[in-house]
This record gives sequence, C-alpha cells and structure tokens, in this order.
Amino acid sequence: MEKNDKTTGNVSGIIANLVVVDVDGPVGQNEICFIDHGDERLMAEVIKVTGNQAYVQVFESTRGLKPGSKVNFEGHMLEVNLGPGMLSRNYDGLQNDLDKMEGVFLKRGDYTDPLNREKKWNFKPLASKGDEVIAGDWLGEVEENGMPHRIMVPFKLEGTYTVKSVTGEGEYTVDDEIAVIEDKDGNSISVTMVQKWPVKMPIKTYREKPRPFKLLETGVRCIDTLNPITEGGTGFIPGPFGTGKTVLQHAISKQAEADIVIIAACGERANEVVEIFKEFPELDDPRTGKKLIERTTIIANTSNMPVAAREASVYTAMTLGEYYRAMGLKVLLMADSTSRWAQALREMSNRLEELPGPDAFPMDLSAIISNFYSRAGYVYLNNDKTGSITFIGTVSPAGGNLKEPVTENTRKAARCFYGLSQDRADSKRYPAIDPIDSYSKYLEYPELQKSLEKNMGENWLANVLKAKDTLLSGKEADEQINILGDDGVPIDFHERLWKAELIDFVVLQQDAFDKIDASTPLERQKYMLEKVLSIVDTSFEFKNFEQVGDFFKRLINHFKQMNYSEFKSEKFKGFEKELQEMLKEHAVEAKEEQAV
Amino acid sequence: MSSQAFQKVYTKLTNITKATVSLTAQDVGYDEMAVVNGRMAQVVKIMGEQVVLQVFSGTEGIPTNAEVTFLGNPPQVKVSDELAGRFFNAYGHPIDGGPDIEGEIREIGGPSVNPVRREQPSQLIATGIAGIDLNNSLVSGQKIPFFADSDQPYNQVMANVALRAKADKIILGGMGLSNDDYLFFKQVFDNAGALDRIVSFVNTTEDPPVERLLVPDMALTAAEYFAVDKNESVLVLLTDMTLFADALSIVSNRMDQIPSKDSMPGSLYSDLARIYEKAVQFPSGGSITIVAVTTLSGGDITHAIPDNTGYITEGQLFLRRDTDIGKVIVDPFRSLSRLKQLVIGEQTREDHPQVMNAAVRLYADAANARTKLENGFDLTDYDERTLDFAKSYSDKLLAIDVNVNTDTMLEIGWELFAKHFSKAEVGIKKELVDKYWKE
Repeated sequence: MEKNDKTTGNVSGIIANLVVVDVDGPVGQNEICFIDHGDERLMAEVIKVTGNQAYVQVFESTRGLKPGSKVNFEGHMLEVNLGPGMLSRNYDGLQNDLDKMEGVFLKRGDYTDPLNREKKWNFKPLASKGDEVIAGDWLGEVEENGMPHRIMVPFKLEGTYTVKSVTGEGEYTVDDEIAVIEDKDGNSISVTMVQKWPVKMPIKTYREKPRPFKLLETGVRCIDTLNPITEGGTGFIPGPFGTGKTVLQHAISKQAEADIVIIAACGERANEVVEIFKEFPELDDPRTGKKLIERTTIIANTSNMPVAAREASVYTAMTLGEYYRAMGLKVLLMADSTSRWAQALREMSNRLEELPGPDAFPMDLSAIISNFYSRAGYVYLNNDKTGSITFIGTVSPAGGNLKEPVTENTRKAARCFYGLSQDRADSKRYPAIDPIDSYSKYLEYPELQKSLEKNMGENWLANVLKAKDTLLSGKEADEQINILGDDGVPIDFHERLWKAELIDFVVLQQDAFDKIDASTPLERQKYMLEKVLSIVDTSFEFKNFEQVGDFFKRLINHFKQMNYSEFKSEKFKGFEKELQEMLKEHAVEAKEEQAV
Repeated sequence: MSSQAFQKVYTKLTNITKATVSLTAQDVGYDEMAVVNGRMAQVVKIMGEQVVLQVFSGTEGIPTNAEVTFLGNPPQVKVSDELAGRFFNAYGHPIDGGPDIEGEIREIGGPSVNPVRREQPSQLIATGIAGIDLNNSLVSGQKIPFFADSDQPYNQVMANVALRAKADKIILGGMGLSNDDYLFFKQVFDNAGALDRIVSFVNTTEDPPVERLLVPDMALTAAEYFAVDKNESVLVLLTDMTLFADALSIVSNRMDQIPSKDSMPGSLYSDLARIYEKAVQFPSGGSITIVAVTTLSGGDITHAIPDNTGYITEGQLFLRRDTDIGKVIVDPFRSLSRLKQLVIGEQTREDHPQVMNAAVRLYADAANARTKLENGFDLTDYDERTLDFAKSYSDKLLAIDVNVNTDTMLEIGWELFAKHFSKAEVGIKKELVDKYWKE
C-alpha cells in the first residue's frame, strides 16, 4: 500500500460516522485517513470503495462536519507503535495515551503519543556484529518495570539480514538508533526501539505453535480444578448481565500467573475501568511483590466512546500481546466484552446496507471471531524460547440466550467455555460458572494430562473427573427429588445431592471479595479437593433425609470457615479437626474401606 | 429560534416521507438544527448537496414549498442557575408559563469524560428503603434503572428515592410522561418544598414521540453544568427509557435501517450507553447519578430494551408485588447494585455484606420450599422456618414502604436470623456471629 504521492479527497456524504469521500487517487481497503474539520483532524478508516468514492468509518463524532471538507489519506492501515514504555499505560482503542489528554472531557481529534519519547532506557545488546537475523530476532533489551523488554528486528522486514552494528550498553531514548542491519543487497536499515505494526495483521515471528500443554493458574477454583485453561489457551465467558462476568474477569487478571496482562475494556462501563485504574496501582502481584499495574496495560474504549474505535480496540490489544509474546513472555489478554465489538461491526454493516445475517449481524461474523481467537497461542520463537498469549473474552448474550450468533460463533473458536448461569447468580452461588455445562477441551489433551500428572500428582485427573461425576449425579438426584418429593426417594438420593452440594459450596463457590478466599493457589486447591473427595467417598448412615441436609450443612459451614482461614494456619487446622470429629457421627467405617 | 434576516431560506423540498424532508442545500453541517415551516428538524444525512432533515413533530401538512432555514448549530440548551425550579419541553423552552431563562448556550450530547479522569464512585446514597440500602446500595456516580411493569408504582418510588437522597440538584427527564404523571412529579416536588433544587425537561404523551430523543441529552447537559461548573451532586431521573427506545426504533424504521432484535435499531446499545455513561463522579467533587425507569412488558427482561440496559447500567432494581404480604417489594433475586461492593461494610457496618448475602440465600431456600409446597410435597421443619422467615423478611425489609437507617436494617436482619434459624444454618463468618447474634 506504500505510495509516493498521498491521495487526497473531499467529503461528499455523511450518515452518522460513515462518511463518503470523493478521492483523486488510489486508496486501499482499511487505509487510514484524516478529515479536516476546522482545527480538528478526524481519523477514519476506509471500509468500502466504489469507483472513486471511498466509504470511511470515522473514529469520532461527525457532528458539524460539512461536505467538501478535505481528506488526506495516509497510505497505511491502522497501526500501533510498539516499544518500551507501554506497560502501566492507559490507552484508548487507537492506542492514544489517555493520561496525556488534557481536560476532563475527551476532545475530538485529540491524538496523543503512546510512548514516552524523552525517557532514557538502559539498553543492553544481545546480538553481535555479523549475526544473521530475521524479523522478530532479539537485538538487545531494556528493562521495563523489572521485566526484560527485547528490542527486535522490525516485524515488517522480510528475509535475512546481517547485523552491521549494535550500540553498546548505555542510556537511549526509544527513537535513538540502537542497531544497523543490512539486507543481502547491502542496503543498511537503521533500527530503533520503536516499530509500527498494522493491528489487523497477526505478528507471526515464531517458529512453531504447538498445542497448549501447560496449565495457567488463575487462583479461581472452578477454573483451575474443574476446567483448566492453559498457557496460550483460549476461553470465553458468556453470561447474562448480573451474573458476574466482570468480577470474574477482574479476579483472573489480578491473580493469573502471567508476566503481562492486557485488558481490553471494549464497549463496557467506564466505572469498571476506573476500578482497575484505582485498584491495580495499589494491589501487589503475589509473584513479584510489585504492583499489579506494573505488569498491566489497559485499553479502554468504553461504551460511550466512539463505536468504530471499539472495534479497533480488541485488535490493538491483541497486537500489543503479540509483541510481548515475541519477547518470550507469558501474556494474558482479557477482552470485556467481545459482544460489543460484534455490535460495532453490526452497526457499520447496517450503515453500509449490507445484507444482514442472523440478528442483523454481518455474515462473516463467524470468520472474524475465529480469526481473532486464532491469534492467541503458545509459541516457540526462533531462538527456542517460548511465549504465549492466553485469551479470555467475555460474551454478553442478548437476552441471556446462548444460542445467539455471537455466543454460537465464539463457541466454535474458543476451547474453554465458562458459562455463567442466571440460576446460580440468583442464588448468589458465585462465581456463577455452571459446573455441568462448562467445559475445557484442554482436559482431553494428552499433553495437558501429562503435565498435570507431573505437577498435581497421579490421581489428580481421576479426582477431577470424580468431582464432575459427583456434581452430575447430585444434579440428577436433585431432579428426582423435585419430581418425587423428599420422601418419595431413598435417603441415598439425598446423600448424593448433598455430596454434590459439598463440592459446590467448598470448591466451586469462592468469595471474590474475601482477602483469603479470593485466590486459591494450586497446592491448596489440591488439598481441599482431596479432602472433599474423601468425604464423597465415605459412606454415611442416616435415619432420615432431614439428617442428611442438617449434617452436610454443618460440614459445609466448617469447610467455608476453612476457606476463609489462612492455609494450614492454627485456625484452619482447628476447623479441620472439628470436621474430622463431626464425620464420625454418621460415617460407616467398614464401608468406607470398601469404597476406597 | 425563529429565522433571522441574514439566514438563507430554502423553499424547495425534493422529497417528503413520514418523518423526513430532503432538499438541496449547501454548507450544512451534520447534526445541525433547522426549522421547517416553524417545526424543529435536524440533519440526519448528507449526500452531496442533498440534505435529509428529520422533522421531530412529523411531516403532516408540510408542502414542497415549505420554508427551511438552517440554524448553524446542533441542538443546544441554555444553562444557568435560573434553571432551578423550572419546567421545560424537549427543546429547552419553558412550559411552566415562566419567562425564558438567561444563560450560557451549550451543545447537548457533548463529549464523554476521559475514563482516566473519572473518580471511583464512593459515596453511599441512603434512601431508607431496605430493599435498596441493604441489598442494593446506591452510590453517587452510579447509573441504575428500575425494571418495572407498567402497573407498578415506579414513579412514586423514584420520587421517594430522589427526595430522600441528599442531592444538590435533581433533574427530571420525562419521556412520554402522561400528563397525570407530570403533574404528580410537580406536586410531589412542590409539597416537599424541593422545587428550587429541581429542573425538569418533559415530553408528555401529548407531544410528538420523536421529540423525546432530545430529552435525556437536555437533562444531562444541564446536569453537567451543575456537576462540573458548580461541583454539585446531581441526581438525574429518566422516566421512561422504554419510550425513549421506542422513539429510536420509530426513527430507524423511517430511515429504512435493518432492525435487529425486537425491531430495535442495531445501535440501541450504543445509543443507550451514550446516555447512561454520563453518570460520573468528577475529581472536583461533583457527580451525576442516574436513576432511570425501564418499563417491561409482562416482566420480560430478555426484550432488547431491558436487556441492553442491563448490560450498560450498574445493576437494576426490580419491583414485584409480594402477594403474601400484599405489598410491593424490591425483588432481592433479580435486583442488583454493582457498585454496592464499594460502600457496604466500608461506609456501613462491617457485617453488612454477610448479613445481606445470608438473608438472600435463606430467602432463596424459602422460594424452593414454596415450589415444593406448590407441587404438593411435604415440607421439612427447615422449609417451614424458611417460609416464616421469608414472610417477615419481605414485610420488614423488602417492602418499599420501609424507611429506616442501615444499622437498623442490619439489626432487623440479625433478629430474623435468630428467630428462625440456628447459627450454622445462617452460615456467616464466626467472628461476626459472635459479635452480632441475638440470643
């Protein structure tokens, strides 16, 4: 799309943020242009071309815009600037630094630099003169918030290059030349710490993308224990409003074992982003002892910000993630909510008068979603180091109906499904992830099974499956009880129900607002699961069904107190001991032997 | 807003539809206001020199030689302290018989607040209604609607909330208000002696429906004036947002747009978000809190209007008639205040979160017991007790006629627990039980 003479044009039509431009030269699909409006320049993206008319979607309000306004085309697609200093920043969907904008209100046409051009970074060379390099290879590194930030051969370069020189260790700004590389024809290319990349193109500077095989710890029990996500895995969380999507996403982004967390607040509530802005600088990252904000970048394009930029925001976030992955880091990318992104696509497709697909969404919605999810993954870089992007998106199904197009199409793309259930939310069983409907396809991966066996013990997988079976069996018993009545079923049904309830209350339910219960390390999850399963395996004897409920409620209450206590503290052990005593009331010793 | 001497007058319409007129005109800006034979209109589409105007009150009787003048600006409102105590229509013209007000002219529907400049909402708004204060506390800078069927007393509850909340200004945006409801608000505010801190922008059922589209922006621009310029805490009441959304669908239908779910425009989410997201806590101390009403049809929250609203707002308050006690209650299952976590147990007593959750959980057990009862099964002793509890809980705490402070609500909660349950059944953290349990 590179051109020597820049194309210009004039506005000839305006319908909301869709603007028609008469152009005087070549234009490319998705090319960026700026529309002059008084002193303001409004950024826009070409989304359709007919004859010499380009249809552009404007990333701003078009209020007051008049026909005849001058338009300058930039000759490239929507790009982000990649370089050190992106962590702890708050960007909008187009990577403008929100903190650099003046005033309380957003000003139209206010585009700010995503990077700090003055700050000096301590550069250390990694490559040497004479090295053969290709795009993505590491030339040197600086330290960004305590993490190595690799300076790479620009991703846009094709073919092999020879390093002509690399600057020695020292303090440099992002725009200083840190290396010179030479192509096979002897042309020199100067490399700085900054490079640009079009957001809609995946960065593919890795050697191989294997099937994910390593569990990513999130501290959320009903994910890690029951339906684990992997490093480089994909998952989605659909749920009607009020079922706790955002709370769950925040919990994962706080606790997950990742080097970098990128949060795309895509068309959601501004106050939720403010919560992150205010909390993350205060909260400690348990792994590094640093503040959470130091490993986090926030892309905030809230619901009241321009719709077209909302669509861009998820791509911007993914591109930043790919950049950090290419440095060999573990990236966790969260997008809340991908439905808003789909709606942005729908609004524009509608204005373009395209033939609509289901629920007026564009026909290619499925392809767009799959494409996006496929950019996540675990990779082996060319230097044999590894990196990953784990992507979890939320979906806000219209009317809570999981058959609507965005949910259906996301289901095809994501490997983990964490369906939030209205019933569970209504009875305050949080996180409201439905234990029966939710799944992690990774659990079936032999690669993951092997690594679980190694890290969590030989019985782990069997235990997980047993917990799942118990839950299902409890649900079946519950249905029978509802049909036949408490008295109409054998006492054994009540026992099945309550054993499932035990797992539900102790393992699945977790108090995101309690300091201790909010995050459970894997070791503790293992301990508690085994503890609970030992009770599931025990045979009990009850005189009547009322005894069952009473007894298990007391058990649950004790377990909950354990969950609220520091792991293996005196308090914890105290409750545990009382629990053991309590078990004796109804346990049948002899049968227990058999069951085990 | 009559035409002025130097303005160009166009007199040749090329196209007339039910809602729009088209003409050839130059130098017209998008969103600009115009007057078509004395009726207010707004530019909604420009194609070359063809300009399409949406006429708010409809095009009945407009001839092809109608006089069209462009006003050179988007819709505006005058803001000043003189707004207080006054009633205006959707264009910001007085309808209370009083004089025009003097003030600074502001564009309505202005830019959004930069998210990094927002403060986290943190100030509890007490209403005395336990269904709200105990289970779904409101916080300044929040946006929350009542989801109610049309036969429920939502306007009365909202007026109560507005008057008890200690806001510096209350701004009422009435859309499709019946004349009776309009007079109700006027009277309630007047009786409370609160008229001097209230501003109203009202579109009644007697006015053209499309005019409603201007009301929220009018109300919120006035709110921004008081919250930003005067650092005041402003409470904005928007009733009924369902009628606002209906007006959106009328317009999009007349503009030949492809409807999405429930005949609503595909942009419904963004259109509603643009309004609700004006709720904000400013760093300078001012705040805008929005309490809205979304009427439901037969309690159906999966309809596109309540559904999209629920995804935007920070919770929702559900009104429901409890036939056991014969009162309207705030439904604890379906109501939710997302911002309550910021204040409960912090600005209220430490036991607030646990008492709230335990009570709702036990109320849910009662609902299960009721299902058993309805299906003809025997109830256990526990079931019986939950049913008793549910009745008292509903009457003493959930009913909308409750008016007590939060500590009293918590005390009532503990009393009910002790009366109906054992400590283990309530399942609250031991330290709190030790401290607050009523023997």
